[in-house]
Amino acid sequence: MQISGKDVGQLAFLSRLDLTADDLTICTKSLNEILGYLTVLEELDTGAVKPALHVRPIKNVLREDALQPGLEREQVLANGPEVEDGAFVVPRIV
Amino acid sequence: MPRYETVIGLEVHVELKTRTKIFCDSTTEFGGEPNTHVCPICLGLPGTLPVINKKVVEYAIRAALALNCNIAEFTKFDRKNYFYPDMPKNYQISQHDLPIATHGYLEIDTQKGPKKIGISRLHMEEDSGKLVHQGTITTTPFSLVDYNRAGVPLIEIVSAPDLSSPEEACQYVEKLRTIILYTGVSDCKMEEGSLRCDANISVRPVGTGRLGTNTEIKNLNSLKALRRSLHFETERQIEVLRAGGRIVQETRTWDEGKGETLPLRSKEQAHDYRCLPEPDLVPLLIDRQWVEDIRGSLPELPEQRRQRYIKDYSLPEYDAAILTNTKELADYFERCVRAYSHPKAVGNWILGEFNRLLNLHGIEIAACKVTPQNLVSLLRLIDQGTISGKIAKVVFAEMFTSGQAAEAIVKKKGLVQISDRHAMVPVVEKVLAGNPGAVADYKAGKGRALGFLVGQVMKATQGQANPELVNKLLKERL
Repeated sequence: MQISGKDVGQLAFLSRLDLTADDLTICTKSLNEILGYLTVLEELDTGAVKPALHVRPIKNVLREDALQPGLEREQVLANGPEVEDGAFVVPRIV
Repeated sequence: MPRYETVIGLEVHVELKTRTKIFCDSTTEFGGEPNTHVCPICLGLPGTLPVINKKVVEYAIRAALALNCNIAEFTKFDRKNYFYPDMPKNYQISQHDLPIATHGYLEIDTQKGPKKIGISRLHMEEDSGKLVHQGTITTTPFSLVDYNRAGVPLIEIVSAPDLSSPEEACQYVEKLRTIILYTGVSDCKMEEGSLRCDANISVRPVGTGRLGTNTEIKNLNSLKALRRSLHFETERQIEVLRAGGRIVQETRTWDEGKGETLPLRSKEQAHDYRCLPEPDLVPLLIDRQWVEDIRGSLPELPEQRRQRYIKDYSLPEYDAAILTNTKELADYFERCVRAYSHPKAVGNWILGEFNRLLNLHGIEIAACKVTPQNLVSLLRLIDQGTISGKIAKVVFAEMFTSGQAAEAIVKKKGLVQISDRHAMVPVVEKVLAGNPGAVADYKAGKGRALGFLVGQVMKATQGQANPELVNKLLKERL
């Protein structure tokens, strides 16, 4: 499987990465090398293997609906670069 | 010019009434100062791990069963990646390809009779935080983020594109709301956002099998907004197509003030959530016995109840529908009927004076001072002829504000109906003497004059005269 420069450009956009044309060329090449390496795995016959949705064989980890106190607001906002009226300030998005 | 038909599918988000959030033990309580209902997990701080709230799974199954869904034996959570600061993790934990429930339906009433609306899927996910914009979403210089709501459990209920008009869409939401309220898993308050709705809508020439390109409308905070936006969007799409244009698949927002839908995200930013199985949560195997236990604990649902009222109580369809509209009202009705054997009379009172006063004073049934026993006592007083139906309304109003028993009010205010012939004769004769015109009219064959005379007698006795007796006495003398 090969991916195009256009695919990588879209991926960069979705990841909010600002790549230069050179970056894009390098990334496309590297990603194709990685994908090429993974095709080795396709040679394996997995017909009898059940698909794994999780790496560990554990299921049904649930907790009871019991309340615990949360954080103090001061602690919550401590990491906020900009804070106003008890809330995090973010730039306009749309 | 071709005629067009509308195709609508709805995504309804319902907040579940659990004590704690879906993946952490912070409170789900509505409101509160910004960022006071949060912990390291719902803030997405590094190194924290989510754990599924068992009650959320139970409630999702409960709602799904009430909506006739199949419950999956195997279900899991996925990450939905997107860049928007309403989620601190930059992804939302939701369910992508293996939702907890699928293949359900509910029924709405259309002019052509009942119509089944398919429910494609129902899945669990976490709610996002809230962004407060200055002014509108498109013009604000910056936004304030409050994560109190982030991680509150939601179920998303996705309908099939089976709805053919804005009115059907509204009915679907109302039906869905009624059913969910019966199950008790949510309070479904649209105004507080615990029930929210997005609409997918497209139009196509009548008779075409294929679906047209759709748009998605967000920001629908009320049934009115849902109906108005769908009407607007139908017209807009038809206009574009008639002018030879194409519909752009996009997300639009409903602007209540302008009364129109506006594009929210451009096509280049089309959804690409790159869903992947959530590695921090392990899958769920849903035990069949658990499902059956939940099924067994469901109350009688509105549709079944409505049918039973029509069959067992011989109520008209309309009365049965309104009485079963909320569980509280139906429970109240049944408590009355258990003590009193005329369901129709009980229904008339509940749908009449009772509902009128509840609405007038903005009171919930739970807070209403008139107990079912008291309402039944009032009905008995009418049956026994102690008070007239008219006086009963006065008594009821007093019961409603004071919470006193009917008998006590009747006694205190001296409202007992006058059924004593000797007491009534002088009053009747006085009215006849005082209204020679009406008497003449009646004798000349104008039947309506009798009604006027009865009214005069009632007036003279402040409504306390027994109407049957008044009629009888008047006729004897005319």
